[in-house]
Amino acid sequence: MEQSYAMPKRQTRMRRNLDYIRKNQFLYWLIAPAFILTVIFKYVPMYGVIIAFKDFSYNKGIMGSEWVGFKYFEKFLTAPNFELIFMNTLKLSLYGLILGFPVPIILALMLNQLRRAGAKKNIQLALYAPNFISVVVVVGMIFIFLSPVGPINKLIEYFTGHPINFMSDPAYFRSVYILSGIWQAAGWSSIIYVAALAGVDPELHNAATIDGANLLQRIRHIDLPTIKPVMAIVFILAAGGIMSIGFEKAFLMQTALNLPTSEILPTYVYKVGLKSGDYSYSAAIGLFNSVINVIMLVVVNFVVKKLNEGEGLY
Amino acid sequence: MSFKHTRLDRFILFINYVLLALAVFIVVVPLLYVAVASFMEPTALLNKGFSLSLSDYSIEGYKLILSNDAMLRGFLNALFYSAAFAILTVALSVFAGFPLSVEGFVGSKFFMTVLIITMFFGGGLIPTFLVVKQLGMLDTVWAVILPGAVSVWNVILARTFFKGVPKELSEAAKVDGASEARIFFDIIIPLSKPIMFVLALYAFVGQWNSFFDAMIYLENQKLYPLQLVLRSILIQNQISPEMIADRAQAAELKRLSEIIKYASIVISSLPLLVMYPFFQKYFEKGVLVGSLK
Repeated sequence: MEQSYAMPKRQTRMRRNLDYIRKNQFLYWLIAPAFILTVIFKYVPMYGVIIAFKDFSYNKGIMGSEWVGFKYFEKFLTAPNFELIFMNTLKLSLYGLILGFPVPIILALMLNQLRRAGAKKNIQLALYAPNFISVVVVVGMIFIFLSPVGPINKLIEYFTGHPINFMSDPAYFRSVYILSGIWQAAGWSSIIYVAALAGVDPELHNAATIDGANLLQRIRHIDLPTIKPVMAIVFILAAGGIMSIGFEKAFLMQTALNLPTSEILPTYVYKVGLKSGDYSYSAAIGLFNSVINVIMLVVVNFVVKKLNEGEGLY
Repeated sequence: MSFKHTRLDRFILFINYVLLALAVFIVVVPLLYVAVASFMEPTALLNKGFSLSLSDYSIEGYKLILSNDAMLRGFLNALFYSAAFAILTVALSVFAGFPLSVEGFVGSKFFMTVLIITMFFGGGLIPTFLVVKQLGMLDTVWAVILPGAVSVWNVILARTFFKGVPKELSEAAKVDGASEARIFFDIIIPLSKPIMFVLALYAFVGQWNSFFDAMIYLENQKLYPLQLVLRSILIQNQISPEMIADRAQAAELKRLSEIIKYASIVISSLPLLVMYPFFQKYFEKGVLVGSLK
């Protein structure tokens, strides 16, 4: 009799869990499709990353291909175009972050001053619109507007006499990329700040006004501190993705002539892998890119935490 | 607000209005330009700019686009992919979100960890491509809608929503002898229409505007979604011969390629731009619910 009482704790827990699963089978059937798809399309590729350390050939398969260690990483790090592509990626996202981060905040602070709900709503409606335009169309519009005979060059020609060929001059790629990005995304990105600002107690503003604070002072001392936590999170997430900058737009904006500034890691991964079929080399570059991303996220989170009195993402 | 603005404040508010008007101007003018240009004769647009004379306007661009097979097929394909993707994503998120919201669900931690890891780590382009290839999905609809169908973000949104549903509802049903399946389909699903709608909107718009997966996984041009067709017209400057029929002179080709660009932008973007003001509330909700953890 003693024996049955002494059943190990772990075993009883397992039996209890199995009982639960049997009784609530339905819940597990519900979650199964998402789980299976995640394993197939997310975890199997993670395993597939090992081809970065192998000489992958399609016929031998992932298992059968030979190990080559860090050969492809060395190949990339010593490649003549490594520095250029790496710096292009870094500069494009860094400048994009520095220029793009403040705009939605300023927009939100400005929208927050509108007292008539109708006007505010209509302005927001207009500012959000570009968010719904596809990247293909935005780049298509860029090509139209900046073409040597396009409307912008008409203006430039009128004043200076010389049209600028924006899309085939490497000097303009970054500016065009970043400014068009702000044009498309700034309005939409301001939503989260507008919502945070709506939570500010109007009494605070009243009291500050009575104390003689002007509008700018109230924005600086009441509105800004309110959205500071949101700013920190948005910044960390943006900085963490600094090297995973959107492939699609850079790829679409590339012309043979602007490659010296427009070739970035993700577009290079695409070209090496899918255009030239050099799978292992491409996977190695992709992995290199992801590792830098993770390092970035951790470092930025650490720094923001220091600056922001211990409030970070994690 | 009841307090009075000082003169300095009123001045700052005035500047504020001016700057906001400028921002709206910068956002809206390019869109309006494309809209007006799509109705203009390309030669007139190129030489005179916008004109007030009615003879400079035509609907030739739209006629060409609407009689173009590639464009129409792309439109229908995009509609199909987007609808299928939206249904799939919503179903997967709601199905996975519900068990994760049930208190005492055994394995909840395991499943959440499995999902959340994918937000930070991934195999990357080539390994994912190889999996899709291995499964024989290249050049099929599945390659476009399946790999991205599970969105961790959406699962978490659904879970958060279900956690807010009063427990009394399902408990009362349980007392009445309803099975888990009945509770889910008869009580939970009808209640979760709002969250399903938000998720579906996002999925639809995302798929409608995307081209990348289609570009790498599809070879067959008959399967191309709208954005890939647009890419060849807008960016690669390719006009299929069927569009120009017998008028194949170079100058004419150039003229047509210009006129088609504007019209194709309008036709492809209009559905979303017209639809979004009606759903603005829901789109904003998506952003805000997503920002709560």
